[in-house]
Amino acid sequence: MKMLCRRIIPCLDCDLAFPEGRVVKGIEFRRIQYAGVPWRLAARYYEEGADEIVFLDITASHEKRETMAHVIEKTSENVFVPLTVGGGIRTIEDARKVFEAGADKISVNTAAIGDPALVNRLAGHLGSQACVVAIDAKRRYVRNPEQAKGKNVVETPEGPCWFECSIYGGRTFTGVDAIKWALEVEERGAGEILLTSMDRDGTREGYDIPLTNAICERVSIPVIASGGCGTMAHILEVFQKTQVSAALAASIFHHEIHHVGEVKRFLAERGVRVRPR
Amino acid sequence: MVIPGVGAFGDGVANLRPFFPKIREFYASGLPLLGICLGLQVLFEGSEESPGVEGLGVLRGKVVRIGTDLRLPHIGWNSIEVRKGNCPLFRGVDDGFAYFVHSYHALPEEAVVAATASYGCSVTASVWRGNLFGTQFHPEKSGAVGLQILENFLEL
Repeated sequence: MKMLCRRIIPCLDCDLAFPEGRVVKGIEFRRIQYAGVPWRLAARYYEEGADEIVFLDITASHEKRETMAHVIEKTSENVFVPLTVGGGIRTIEDARKVFEAGADKISVNTAAIGDPALVNRLAGHLGSQACVVAIDAKRRYVRNPEQAKGKNVVETPEGPCWFECSIYGGRTFTGVDAIKWALEVEERGAGEILLTSMDRDGTREGYDIPLTNAICERVSIPVIASGGCGTMAHILEVFQKTQVSAALAASIFHHEIHHVGEVKRFLAERGVRVRPR
Repeated sequence: MVIPGVGAFGDGVANLRPFFPKIREFYASGLPLLGICLGLQVLFEGSEESPGVEGLGVLRGKVVRIGTDLRLPHIGWNSIEVRKGNCPLFRGVDDGFAYFVHSYHALPEEAVVAATASYGCSVTASVWRGNLFGTQFHPEKSGAVGLQILENFLEL
């Protein structure tokens, strides 16, 4: 049966302390490495066949909103695929600013956990399709079922666990059950869920399959898998083992381990429906 | 003239209503008019999304929720199947991929469907009658295929 294509989404973690912004490639020995200027990288990924591009403001700083708007404006001159902006968006006004610059979607996490009705407002003003909720989930293993009362416990090869939502880029934990939260944001009008495994993020060990399945099986809106991608085989695995609509990756593209076209050819040869360039 | 998307039918029409007379006048002049996404939907009489709200009604039919068992919104790249090969919008575009984001689509009561996409059912991807064009997908976000479609429109 003909179906939608699975999407490949490069993610640009942007440090906006620079006038045009810089894409953060990795943090090794406490030294930040930069991959380049966001709009240039975005243009390159677009040429290679990226289906969409996500820009995350890692500083999540309010005062840098203008810089992000500039980055998006510059990008949309040459890039004709959807652009998503996340990091530090707290209000409809913040969202409007990046929309006017050419963004198609915004993604919210911290602000939505603090004020769930923000999801309703964003969906109401911008439409559900423009409102992505990012969920940064961390495994909490359950030794004693009493500890996990009221939580959705999922079996994993490492043992049963529930998933806790984190905010502020993984620095703060909320006690919120990620599965419950996913259902709630769907109800409130979110158009997509950007699901990041905090256990896998940065490890390059592969996506968290049990987490991805747990969310995909329960919500009916599209889910984007994120966190842990280190090889093309990881992308293949998440598409074969789960219902995710898209896979997000950063380091395999920034480090030029693979380019987007190569990943798509690899997937297509293995029966995954992707958009040819 | 281009009527862009995206948004909800009711909000879109509310914002656009002051321009309805101008749009009708433009359409009557015979110059090319393109509606994109919600811009396509408002060409019709109304939508299930916002009952009671009247669209432009320059095309007969209604906008309905996509009758599929698959995930909605229909977000992502889908192949477009051109139904009217002579539609100038699709010149040089043979069944390429385009970017969609929507939960509703038009069900015309006249033979104006120029392209479809399959998503557990047949989705109206494009309509065409005379100088009136519409795409449910976003040509401005559909890479090279989309740019070709926009170029075709500009050449009319």
